[in-house]
Amino acid sequence: MKNMKKSTKTDFATYAGVTAAFLIMYALQRGGHLTSSISGQLVPICCFIVMAVSLNLVVGISGELSLGHAGFMSVGAFGGIIAAQSLAGAIPSAPLRLIVALVVGALCATVVGFVVGVPVLRLRGDYLAIVTLAFGQIIKDLINCLLVGYDSHGLHIVFNISGLKSINDLHLEETGKAIIKGAQGAVGVTKIASFPAGFILVMITLVVILNLVRSRTGRAIMAIRDNRIAAESVGLNITKYKLMAFVISAAMAGAAGALYGLNYGSLVASRFDFNTSILVLVYVVLGGLGNIWGSIIATVVLYMLPEALRQFSDYRMLVYAIILILVMLVTNNAQLKALLGKLIPHKKEAAGNE
Amino acid sequence: MVFFTYLISGISLGSVYAIIALGYTMVYGIAKMLNFAHGDVIMVGGYICYIALNSLGLPAIVAVILAMIVCTVLGVVIEGLAYKPLRQAGSLAVLITAIGVSYFLQNAAQLIWGATPKNFTSVVHFSLPAGLMSVGLSSEALITVLACIVIMIALTTFVNRSKLGKAMRACSEDKGAAQLMGINVNRTISMTFAIGSALAAIAGVLLCSSYPVLQPTTGSMPGIKAFTAAVFGGIGSIPGAFIGGLLLGIIESLAKAYISTTLANSIVFAVLIIILLVKPTGLLGKYAPEKV
Amino acid sequence: MNEKKRMGKAKMVPVPSKAIIPERDIDKAPILECSHLGIDFGGLRAVDDFNLTIGRTEIAGLIGPNGAGKTTVFNLLTKVYQPTRGTILLDGVDTAGKTTAQINHMGIARTFQNIRLFSNMTVMENILVGLHEEMSYNALSGILRLPNFFRSERIARERAIELLSIFNMEDTADAVAGSLPYGAQRRLEILRALATNPSLLLLDEPAAGMNPSETAELMENIVKIRDTFNIAVLLIEHDMNLVMGICEGIVVLNFGQVIAKGTAEEIQSNPTVIEAYLGKQQ
Repeated sequence: MKNMKKSTKTDFATYAGVTAAFLIMYALQRGGHLTSSISGQLVPICCFIVMAVSLNLVVGISGELSLGHAGFMSVGAFGGIIAAQSLAGAIPSAPLRLIVALVVGALCATVVGFVVGVPVLRLRGDYLAIVTLAFGQIIKDLINCLLVGYDSHGLHIVFNISGLKSINDLHLEETGKAIIKGAQGAVGVTKIASFPAGFILVMITLVVILNLVRSRTGRAIMAIRDNRIAAESVGLNITKYKLMAFVISAAMAGAAGALYGLNYGSLVASRFDFNTSILVLVYVVLGGLGNIWGSIIATVVLYMLPEALRQFSDYRMLVYAIILILVMLVTNNAQLKALLGKLIPHKKEAAGNE
Repeated sequence: MVFFTYLISGISLGSVYAIIALGYTMVYGIAKMLNFAHGDVIMVGGYICYIALNSLGLPAIVAVILAMIVCTVLGVVIEGLAYKPLRQAGSLAVLITAIGVSYFLQNAAQLIWGATPKNFTSVVHFSLPAGLMSVGLSSEALITVLACIVIMIALTTFVNRSKLGKAMRACSEDKGAAQLMGINVNRTISMTFAIGSALAAIAGVLLCSSYPVLQPTTGSMPGIKAFTAAVFGGIGSIPGAFIGGLLLGIIESLAKAYISTTLANSIVFAVLIIILLVKPTGLLGKYAPEKV
Repeated sequence: MNEKKRMGKAKMVPVPSKAIIPERDIDKAPILECSHLGIDFGGLRAVDDFNLTIGRTEIAGLIGPNGAGKTTVFNLLTKVYQPTRGTILLDGVDTAGKTTAQINHMGIARTFQNIRLFSNMTVMENILVGLHEEMSYNALSGILRLPNFFRSERIARERAIELLSIFNMEDTADAVAGSLPYGAQRRLEILRALATNPSLLLLDEPAAGMNPSETAELMENIVKIRDTFNIAVLLIEHDMNLVMGICEGIVVLNFGQVIAKGTAEEIQSNPTVIEAYLGKQQ
């Protein structure tokens, strides 16, 4: 009982912290106190917080290294864009359309997550990592072949494998509009994403993941991570729980993708390549495996870091790389850690609260 | 005959992948880490060779040797500064550090040499008889394939026969036991990085000779492909990396020619997925079940 | 009906013999019957022609020199390895083709020689994982925190505390399992296995690394567990005081084959057993 109370307290602190941060930023934005560059990053930050928290479910809680998380974001983004653009007439209310788009994005990613997860989760360790990487690349390439448009007859979809087809092959009516133009990506997207929507998505993600972790399902997932053989010996179905973690994580990434996609006028699939997957993985590892709070903070800090390093101009990505390496060395090398502990005697355990 | 041309271009590309994959696989075998910065060492090798040829006017062979020396030193320095302190840490920490090193090399290259692609001049200066040229065999392709075969044979002999090679194998089996047998594990790992990086330099030069666009991100995609090739063949296995690299190159080239240019990479990755589902540790990988 | 079916089978398969089943269990169906069980690793016959019957509430011992194949027998029973030959009947039901998880649902729970706890999770959580099947809510109820989530969790936690009280471990409920002392980790592993509500408990060297007083306490507790839960226990152990003290039937394994079966007295005086442990006398 005591244990339950403690974890409930941590969860509550997480919700309260995120809400407070949102209210402050929202007030500042409303009052016009934010520069346009920071203001423009509020929605993407929310998206990447959802990405990091959901990837933490796979990498931290379930203990499987996934290098293709951006693939699910991509599926969600383009699924969401198609839904939002084609329903513009049917659902005039932008917030309602946004909700539908997020749900569609999450559903698309769920399906893809399931299709990818069933074969992939039979593999282990680095082999699983490389296959998720491969799937991420395949998803990107497939979306690059996609031509989608809509008119009064509904959606028109052509799959452009040969690379020879163009948007004309959709045979749209005069009034029809193209949504996705192959490698050019989505064009003419109506921006309906908003910071409050981002906040709500972050909160939903936190509730889902934190409640899942504190339930029998979450315990089963963690037990399998800690000791696969022991988990089997107490009767847990390994595949079921690994798949559950993977698919829930994919669904969250899909919703984040949909929000991200609807925050820009145009979007290309290469925006969600291997480097994006890696970026999210860096947030998760730096924030601490299994540490949800850590993922949130690492995402915000690292997302803003290149911005903060603007004074270094051309050197900023170099400085970013050096900071990344140094942080990894300091947090993972026993001697350097001890040295740091001496320099800062009252350093609080950063990864203390799960 | 067109098929033959694509096949040759596939074998040549595959040979480059194989050389990179050999470096990947050796490092993985001994340090059990995915060295994501390996691809960027290739890029550095390409730039050093480019500078030596164009700015310093050195002869091709000297340029290649210079690239190898610089990359070897670079590999050892990276290992010593970034990876060695993390020997006891989790594999994810090392992976992220390797990604950090990769960012570092790419951005450093961009600062030093600029983002605009350089037009690499081939290091191969002889031409083949017209008969061979007509079937699509280029002098670059010939040199690449020959280099790959020589490296493969040399490496196998080295690992199986030499004292250091045996030390490497011992370390990859069991570091603790190797240390107890008086093997200097740290030095052996450094040497592995040195050899892997020298191979990366050769791969960089050969890659840029066949595909003469050199920019800071040149190494990324071949790096990922070679990593795929290493896994394909069974990571940790030297013949596996060789076979994996060649197969990957051939599949990529044929897919580009006959199925779809946009989907060529996807087809390569799809084949990898299928292979791993049938043989979960790659073509020649060893299966080590967990002992209960 | 089940009884009849079993009897029919027993007639067709003359082995295993019921020679070592305790008297009180004789007229009940045995919980476990292995016949001609065997597995090959490559060319090596790691276990061969292994026959064993365990009564409903029996405490049985599996002993033998190092490398005799004792843990392999456990791995065969729990389907960590699929047997090459032979059949295993659990409560009269053939376990052929079952997975490790299904075997647990059918009633076998085990501990491991090299402790396998969920070491990053708390003691309480380790037990709760064992109680996984006892809880009835699904993932969605968990995420939405529906009323059956709270009810189910509360009952499970109470049950977990009850289990912990067997070894007086209630105070360690919130400790991280990996941080417990060695003996406590072994005890926790037993409790986690018990949480899955088994009818047969396999203990792989439960007293390893324990001092004599801890071992004595463990012996009492194994008997207590058997009496409380009315289950059978099969244990592998090198501590002969423990084996001879609590095991009603003992099987001796050497080079993958059964070399002796019987009560403690019979085993102690068996020349083949003495030879297997001490080598041939001059």
